[in-house]
Amino acid sequence: MSTHVLSLLVEDKPGLLTRVAGLFARRGFNIESLAVGHSEIPGLSRITILVDVEDAPLEQVTKQLNKLINVIKIVELDPSQSVQREHLLVKVRADNTTRSQVLEAVTLFRARVVDVSTDAVVIEVTGDSGKTQAFLRVLEPYGIKEIAQSGLLAIGRGSKSITERVFKN
Amino acid sequence: MTTEPSPVPFAPTPGAPSATAADTASGTPEILTGSGAILRTLKLLGVTDVFGLPGGAVIPLYDELMNQDDIRHILVRHEQGAGHAAEGYASSSNRVGVAIATSGPGATNLVTAIADAYMDSVPLLAITGQVFSTLMGTDAFQEADIVGITMPITKHSFLVKRPEDIPAAIASAFLICNTGRPGPVLVDITKDAQQMKAPFIWPPKLDLPGYRPITKAHGKQVQAAAALLAGASKPVFYVGGGVIRAKASPELLELAELTGTPIVTTLMARGAFPDSHQQHLGMPGMHGTVAAVLALQESDLIIALGARFDDRVTGKASEFAPNATIVHVDVDPAEIGKIRAADVPIVGDAKDVIADLAVAYREAITTTTPDITEWWTYLNGLREKFPLGYSEPADGLLAPQYVIKRIGELTGPEGVYAAGVGQHQMWAAQFIKYERPNSWLNSGGAGTMGYSVPAAMGAKVAEPDRVVWSIDGDGCFQMTNQELATCTINNIPIKVAIINNSSLGMVRQWQSLFYDGRHSFTDLNTGHGTAMVPDFVKMADAYGALGIRVTSADQVDDAIKLALATNDRPVVIDFIVSRDAMVWPMVPQGVSNSFVQYAKDHAPTWEEE
Repeated sequence: MSTHVLSLLVEDKPGLLTRVAGLFARRGFNIESLAVGHSEIPGLSRITILVDVEDAPLEQVTKQLNKLINVIKIVELDPSQSVQREHLLVKVRADNTTRSQVLEAVTLFRARVVDVSTDAVVIEVTGDSGKTQAFLRVLEPYGIKEIAQSGLLAIGRGSKSITERVFKN
Repeated sequence: MTTEPSPVPFAPTPGAPSATAADTASGTPEILTGSGAILRTLKLLGVTDVFGLPGGAVIPLYDELMNQDDIRHILVRHEQGAGHAAEGYASSSNRVGVAIATSGPGATNLVTAIADAYMDSVPLLAITGQVFSTLMGTDAFQEADIVGITMPITKHSFLVKRPEDIPAAIASAFLICNTGRPGPVLVDITKDAQQMKAPFIWPPKLDLPGYRPITKAHGKQVQAAAALLAGASKPVFYVGGGVIRAKASPELLELAELTGTPIVTTLMARGAFPDSHQQHLGMPGMHGTVAAVLALQESDLIIALGARFDDRVTGKASEFAPNATIVHVDVDPAEIGKIRAADVPIVGDAKDVIADLAVAYREAITTTTPDITEWWTYLNGLREKFPLGYSEPADGLLAPQYVIKRIGELTGPEGVYAAGVGQHQMWAAQFIKYERPNSWLNSGGAGTMGYSVPAAMGAKVAEPDRVVWSIDGDGCFQMTNQELATCTINNIPIKVAIINNSSLGMVRQWQSLFYDGRHSFTDLNTGHGTAMVPDFVKMADAYGALGIRVTSADQVDDAIKLALATNDRPVVIDFIVSRDAMVWPMVPQGVSNSFVQYAKDHAPTWEEE
């Protein structure tokens, strides 16, 4: 299996997410991560999907997604031609004896502490999944109490935009 | 030529009445209730007939129905009947079929028909009532999330909560279900949206930026296909239901005669090409003719036209037609490469593509001289050696194949034949000779038992001047026969032939062949030597239909002729046939098509599943 990043421009309509997620489920494709938010155009949302699938079924899932009436555009984002980021909030045990080491890891990973209490800190970190996973491994020995992770976000490099390509035609 | 899709411009159906002068000229649009807007929109879209059954959440709509006579509403006895009737209406006439149901159970009763229409690409518009928008999400009485329930089996769906949104929603639904690859679209309308009033503005502005069906194919691809066709030594046209939906039969006939290519028509495409034509090898697939099955299997070039490489056609897909180059023409890009990789993919409407192919082929043969005489010699040999046939049942009872054959012969190709699902469906696909598209209706993809009677009813409403037969089984008939009441009351004189083998015959056949003859729960006790519950002749009588029982071959013609002569009420003929008759030829499930078996023990043996 290989992972692919699909970026979908969709109409912001009720049930849209169900249509997209349901299609993946019933055609037997596994969503690794999903991120949904507004696009720069009112009424249109952008969905970033990380899917673990071979090339031939990827073509099928793309074609099936294209058939959804509310899906306007789909592009696969090549890792070398796009910026791909995850966002992670992690709560780590950190008391007087360990806090300085935790803070050192935060500095090394260019992460940020966003909340401090007597025996724990909440850290946010942004990066590709290699970086966030490495950061979690470093924090592991101190005791990870809680993790909240966003789906992968991705955007193409250069000046072109996905919406431009749609609305020029 | 371009493959760059463009948004579909909205155009009302040709011939449909335009908005009244009052709507447009005066500048002040008419104020209608949401229900009034539903009916006005349907009328302006050219809809003349709808099938439905009222309930709490559509009472406002039904109230408005009484105020007009542009649209004929046919009151069914079960919403599934409305759904299949709308399908039969659409499949026999190429017009959109409309079914109406109330919220909750009314809507869920439509689900089977919607799923059926989805599998067979039938333009079905389903309109359902929904509880008040203020009650939605509270588990209100007769509330069901029908939009959610039908998402996997509709081409699209709309939930409408405001009366002013009704014209655009229905017009969009109508456009979507009837363009590109057709399919069912559901419009769920809350009761308050039906009751409230709003200005009726026509035509509505349709906002479908993501809907861009491709119809015109890429010219280079068409040329590549034509070049392959000119150079192939074992080509075959694999014709699917898409050719019928695209109304492409005239173009297909022209291309076929231009190229001399052998043709097979799938279960969904029976009638797309005349059965009487010399180039027609019949139906391929699990119960196809030997010639059609092997033409595909041994070809060096398959040109698939509106077909989708269904498992019932390909057998074991990885061993299907191993030496064939594939040209795949379909209006739905997702069908291309789904099962079998296409060497030349062509996305486009079959009607346009086939016409373009003919032009390109004429060009191609200026440089290449096709020669398929050896191929034809081989295929003609198969045809001669393995014609469609059947043997008389050993128990002395009536042969079901004979009954069906005679119905076709005495009625002729102008009739419409709607089958249920199972053995009788296969025999009807094999032994009736189809000469025109839209004459054969069946549930091909979904395999919905109970399709036949309501579909025949819908076809008779769409095509009142044609003889419409429901060729049904004793199992299927018991699933939807309540629509005989609808037929009698509304003067829809369909003819039902029950091929009564007292069994769920196709399952029984599999049990006989693959499960050591262990006939687990396939006995229905409706036929010969049983208690005959129910008695179909008495049942016909109770429904105000003419009931006839036929038990021997010498009664068959008279009964069919009486049915053909009776047009003041529906007719039900209970043909008591042998339960041991089997559908042959057969390619057992999960094996290569090379193992097609002509009749029992008349082929290479196969491993049991």
